[in-house]
Order: sequence, then structure tokens, then C-alpha cells
Amino acid sequence: MKILVTAKRVEDPESKIKVKPDGSDIVKEGLKYKINPFDEIGVEEGLRLAAKHTGEVVVVSIGGKEVQEQLRHALAMGANRAVWVNHTGPLDQLGIAGLLQKVAEKEKPDLVILGKQSIDDDQNQVGQYLAEFLGWGQATFASKVESLESEQEKSKSPAVVLTADKKSVQVVREVDNGLATVEVQLPAVVTTDLRLNQPRYASLPGIMKAKSKPIEELTPAALGVDVAPKIQVLKLASPPARKAGIKVPDVATLVEKLHNEAKVV
Amino acid sequence: MSIVLIVAEQQPDGNLRKASLNAIAAGKQLADKAGGELHLVLLSKDPSKLAGELAGTGAKAVHTAAAPEFEHYLAEVFAPVVASLAQELKATFIGAASTAQGKDLLPRVAARLKAAMATDITAINGSGADITFTRPMWAGNVFAEVKLTTPVQVISIRATEFSAGAGGGAAAEVKSFQPKLEASKTKFVSFNEVKSARPELTEARVVVSGGRGTKGDFKEVEALADLLGAAVGASRAVCDAGWVPNDYQVGQTGKVVAPQLYIAAGISGAIQHLAGMKSSKTIVAINKDPEAPIFQVADYGLVEDLFKVLPALREGIQKLK
Repeated sequence: MKILVTAKRVEDPESKIKVKPDGSDIVKEGLKYKINPFDEIGVEEGLRLAAKHTGEVVVVSIGGKEVQEQLRHALAMGANRAVWVNHTGPLDQLGIAGLLQKVAEKEKPDLVILGKQSIDDDQNQVGQYLAEFLGWGQATFASKVESLESEQEKSKSPAVVLTADKKSVQVVREVDNGLATVEVQLPAVVTTDLRLNQPRYASLPGIMKAKSKPIEELTPAALGVDVAPKIQVLKLASPPARKAGIKVPDVATLVEKLHNEAKVV
Repeated sequence: MSIVLIVAEQQPDGNLRKASLNAIAAGKQLADKAGGELHLVLLSKDPSKLAGELAGTGAKAVHTAAAPEFEHYLAEVFAPVVASLAQELKATFIGAASTAQGKDLLPRVAARLKAAMATDITAINGSGADITFTRPMWAGNVFAEVKLTTPVQVISIRATEFSAGAGGGAAAEVKSFQPKLEASKTKFVSFNEVKSARPELTEARVVVSGGRGTKGDFKEVEALADLLGAAVGASRAVCDAGWVPNDYQVGQTGKVVAPQLYIAAGISGAIQHLAGMKSSKTIVAINKDPEAPIFQVADYGLVEDLFKVLPALREGIQKLK
């Protein structure tokens, strides 16, 4: 089984994001970067599937040479090899999905696993665009499956389940008011939700081994994709600040304020 | 003239998802600003049940298609039908509420039409051909004004930012059309509904949420919620710990809520949680730690153990009634 996973480079989710005074961008000085957490869950799921069904995991990232850091991290987690699409400058979801389509057509994986969204753009689009571009089925927002195995085994097994004939996967999806299960023919696109799994840490031997794993370099031009953005970001702004509230000394004051001032109880 | 096409969503129980009404209100606003008209589309096993309700929302037309394949929503089944209707109508904008279904479906529709898409829009700006959208990025720490430059533009709409309209005006014309269905590589297996007697998180007037401070004991949070007729929410840490069901999660990666009253009990206020609730009208924070970031967005903060506060709060509110 061959699995293609993504590793977008994003600002560390714990970092404080501030907008530049002119609204042209965010302040990048002092920020740390890591793999998009949803993609990291996708890498983990890919590794579990590959371990269970003897497969290969190929990780792809798009960006300048700095994205090699994220590729190395995925390789250290256990991915077999990496594809780096070398591109600097603006890129929107149509462009990303277009590039991933070409990489997928080249690599011919059985499954592409991506984060449901990246925590910078928060668009939640690329997996769905990609599935449509490829003419494949999609299972977005993949979540944990119930398992009868022991806690320890369960914590290591993939939640994306290959069917007996190995031609489809069953995926439990997080949707409004519950969980929906779908069965998708391979090849397919799966996007990950938070609770799909707990990504492993890269081990020291893993980190050492990653250094010698191959990273193939591609470009949008070589892939024949026009990545001129169709989404223009005109201006960034900080969210409107809430007016400073007050601390109340006790419950009686709180009830009084909620009743008489806010008029909500 | 530009046509705005909004996809209405039918819940598994057959009812219209309330967020669709907010999306329709946003669609109306967009049609007014762009100088066009609002159309709705409903794909259902039996559209007759909701067509009347949708016809009263102020749209120009409601397009309905019936097929047994529509009983259980699948992106692969719905997207081609929505996309071809949009083409037939020459729609310039396609939208839906930013629900799990909306987020799953719309990018697939957009891909078919080579259209750019803005997710979770919170405002519609400009007029005529110069329409732009405001949308959150970086977990709501940044709001971007974006312009989509493709001939067809696709948007998912954050329901809490658009009040559902009163409807009114002439009833829309209901037009049924024959959907051209394509073979799907995905099939529906099952749906496990999480049932609750409490209101939907995204629709509740009051939300009471618990965080790590509850140590997994939600009894007091639930008791206060039930007294107030409120929905129960939780921080991501609490959901990840398995203390409460996943769909309790309020935050950028969970549900985005904007109730009249939000009570955060034992929640520290991580960025990702704040992004999901800071549009609430009145925010109350109860936390033992006076430095907790939640106090920076709270209208009323009380530095105290939630297990002392919540029972007393319940008693105090009961006395008012």
C-alpha cells in the first residue's frame, strides 16, 4: 500500500500571531515553525497503515527550502521518502491542490492523507479540491474508530480501515450531531480531524536515519501547474478587541450584574 | 445580474439545519450588495417537506431535486448536481453554511467549476463587481479581507455572524429539476447520532462550558446548563482527555459559538478556545487562576473554584426566578 501524506510548514500553534501595522502580513520575527498539526496526524495515520499493510509512505511539502525541515521531521517519524515542491511566493488552495494532483498522478498512491485544514489559512479546502481534481472519492474529518483491541494496541492501530478485499477503506467521519461512517474505493483522499490519533515523537535513531532519506525536488513549472493565486488577500487585521471586563468579588455580585446589567438571566 | 445560489442543508432527522437560515440571510445580503437575486437549492429524498419553509425565506426561487441517493449526504453525489445547477443558472456566487456538510461539499463544487473559495466568511464588503469577504485565519487571531478573482466565487458562511432574517416578501417559486447523478466511489455505511435533550451548541442562547478545572466532573456544569436551558460546551483539552464527547468542543477546530451568555468554568482560555467563543455577547469566566487568559475576554470574571461557584450561582439564579 502506498500512501502520500502532506506536511505543510505553519507557525507553531502556541505562538502569538500579530498583524503588521500596515495590514500587509503577520509579524514573522521570532515565530517558530512546525508541521501543521492536522498534517502530522495524517503522517501518523499513514505510518500506521503502512506498518499494518506493508506499505510505503511518501511525504510532500510545498514551499521554499525551509520546508525541508518539516519533510525531515516526517522522515524522522518514519516516512520513507519525501517530495519537495520548491515554490516561494503566494499560493492559494487551487494552486496547492493543482500541485498535489500532479504529484499524486506521478506517485500513484492508493491513499492521500491530508490535514482537514492548515492552522494558518484555516481554509479546509485542499483535500476536497484534490479529490475532485483526481476524480477520487473523499472521506473528510476522519476520526477515531471504536476498537475491541486493548488500549495499548488500539493506540497504535490505524483508524482508517482497509476492507477485506483491500479495494476500499472505511472511515469514521466527525460530522454535526454525530459520527458518519463511509466506505471509499481506493485510490481515495482522506482528511484528518484532531482525534484520529496521537502522533508519535521522532526517535533519535529515526532522526539519524532521516538524514540519509531522499528528498526529491520538483517545481510548479516542472509539474506544469499555473499557481497564480485566484484569491487576493487585500488586508489583514486583528480581531476587534473586547472591552475590558471586570472582576467580581463574589457570586452574589455576579448574579446581580448578570441580571441587572447584562440582563441575560 | 448576478445570481447567488445557497445550498440548503437537510439534517438526518429531516429538518432544515438552522444554520442554513443564517446562510440564506448572508446570501440575501450578498445578492443585495452585488445587485442580483437569491436562489436556493435543496437536494433531498423528499424535498416537499422543506420546500415550503424555504420558499418563505425571501429568495427568488427554490430549486429542488428528488432522488433516493440524496437520503444520506455524500459530497461526490451532491457536488456534481449543485455545480451543474449553478452553471445552468449562471450563478456567480455559490454558498452554504459552514457546517460539516458545507465544508465537505463546497470545495468539491468549487473544484468542478475551477472556482476560488473563501471559508467561514464573517462579513460581506463592497458592492457591484467589487465584492470582498472577511474571514478568520490563524484560529481567529487575524481577519483577512479577500477577493476571489475567478468568474464563479464560492463561500462558506459562519452562521453566528449573520442573523437569520424574518423572511417575508413574496413566496419564492419552487422549481423542481431532474438531477444528473454520477456514479459515486463513496458509499454511506452508517450514522451514529449523538442525541441530547439540550439545545445545539451553535444555536443555544446560553452556553455553559467546562475546562480542565472540572477534572472531568461535568455534573455542576450540566446542572447549571439545565437550569438555564443552555448547551454544554468544553475546551479541547477536556475532549482530548475523553472526559466529554468530541462534539462538545468549542474552539477554532471545534464549534464556533456566539450565544447571548457564555459561561466558562475552569477554562484557562487557550487561543484556539477563545477563537470559538469570543463573539459571545456576554462572557463570564470562573477560574482559580487570576492570570488565566480567559479573564482578558470576560465581561465578568470571578477568581474562585468552580465547584464552589457553580452551585451558588445556580442558587442565586433560581432565587431570581
